[in-house]
Amino acid sequence: MDQMATITRTKIRIEGVSKTFDNGLTALARVNLELAENSFTCLLGPSGCGKSTLLGMIAGFVQPTTGRVLVDGTEVTSAGADRGVVFQEYALFPWRTALENVEFGPLVRRLPRAERRRVAMEHLEMVGLKGHETKFPTELSGGMKQRVAIARALANNPSVLLMDEPFGALDAQTREILQEEMLRIWQQDRKTVVFVTHSISESLFLADRVVVMATKPGCIKAIIDVDLPHPRDRTDPEFIRLERQVKQMVREEVDKLGVI
Amino acid sequence: MSDPAVAVLLADEPARPMPRLDTKKLGVVALRTVSILLFFAIWAGFSFANARYLKFFNPILMPSPLDVLRTGIELTKSGELQSDILASLSRVLQGFVIAAFLGVSLGMAVGRSPFLESLLDPMLELLRPIPPLAFLPMMVLWFGIGEASKIAFIAYAAFFPIFTTTLEGIKYVDPLLLRAAASLGANRRDMFRYVVLPAAMPGIITGLRLGFGLSFFVIVAAEFIAADSGLGYLINDARTFFLVSQMLLGAAVIGLIGFTFNRLLRILEARLLRWRKTAWN
Repeated sequence: MDQMATITRTKIRIEGVSKTFDNGLTALARVNLELAENSFTCLLGPSGCGKSTLLGMIAGFVQPTTGRVLVDGTEVTSAGADRGVVFQEYALFPWRTALENVEFGPLVRRLPRAERRRVAMEHLEMVGLKGHETKFPTELSGGMKQRVAIARALANNPSVLLMDEPFGALDAQTREILQEEMLRIWQQDRKTVVFVTHSISESLFLADRVVVMATKPGCIKAIIDVDLPHPRDRTDPEFIRLERQVKQMVREEVDKLGVI
Repeated sequence: MSDPAVAVLLADEPARPMPRLDTKKLGVVALRTVSILLFFAIWAGFSFANARYLKFFNPILMPSPLDVLRTGIELTKSGELQSDILASLSRVLQGFVIAAFLGVSLGMAVGRSPFLESLLDPMLELLRPIPPLAFLPMMVLWFGIGEASKIAFIAYAAFFPIFTTTLEGIKYVDPLLLRAAASLGANRRDMFRYVVLPAAMPGIITGLRLGFGLSFFVIVAAEFIAADSGLGYLINDARTFFLVSQMLLGAAVIGLIGFTFNRLLRILEARLLRWRKTAWN
């Protein structure tokens, strides 16, 4: 609620964005969305709703066919260090140790060696990986890899953190622990987070706002503000009520896809 | 992975498994030794039987392992073997260094530029299927019967695998890693130096190893045609005088040198690609 004290400023503005791929498939159609600074937004929907495409546009990996994406009022044309990205497949550099992976951002920002090391150590510690600095990604579990990837994105101190189904490849237990960790980290250092997921429970557990996306073509179906206090209890009646409501919406969209 | 292994990896030194004598490993080593001994036994047995009973061919044409060893000692005493080894090795190394330099640098340039690729690739695809040996007589005409023709020939033969693996390594870098690097603020130069190059390194090293193997492969042929030194010359010279044990000696020495260098390159590979090695353990 401390956000309310400060005037909420628009951080990311998506203006009439559509995306049609070369094969004629329309992934997104006329999407408008405004995301407030320091907010935690989940893009929720079944596969094929264009949620990852939308995230890719904010990241600068994908260019919209029509419309534009503005971050801090500037149109996004390419990837940049102001927008950190965490991928489902971790995307760690396999030839770099955990520490060296986290050092990558500071390295290409040309920070002096000692400073790089200090920043990287601090962020590895923040994600609970102190003592694993010299391990290579192949020596880490899935959860640990994703912790390294989060530390790597945050070590650059981006103003926006984009997460593309980051916990999708993890088992249920690891997933819940990392969700809690993610909230802890976010509450310490409030970035504007955009988090793509197809898990209703995950979106309601984490986000201030859940953007439910429709399929065929991908667009926004509903925006749900979740004002349950953190830490949220998944067995709380209000949580369950919201979950049921969202589930109904998502189900309608899945049904549109036909046989899956 | 067991805890001691992790402890070893955590230490700053390269991971080196503790030499532990377990019976299973010992059994494998014993079997491998038997395999080699069996090979020599069959060879010696056949050579002996041929000389005494079978008369399959003239005993001169089927020397025993001991004869080869004796020839080796004689040629070492006269210094002939060492100078032939040195001659071959120096040609291989010079040719290989040229091939490595051209293969890696051209592979990188072509891998980064679609224009260069369209320009050069068809040309190289045209040449690739032609066995390098087909060009050997021409190389001799162009570069003479001295060192230059052999070095050029080795360089030509070793170039292709090095160029190809470098090119493939540079071209097929995981696009996800490039996206990750871009969103961490890497510019084009950083991307090449910190992502493309290390990602291509396993391919480049494999290419270098293949190229080196090929250098050894073709040196013998080059020295058959026109040379007055080298291991190929040793073999070809022996052929003229029916010195079969000398021919076998030449082959054995080439085998040993090839084996040794392959081992050395593998050790280098394991050190450079430590991050990959750990995944296999």
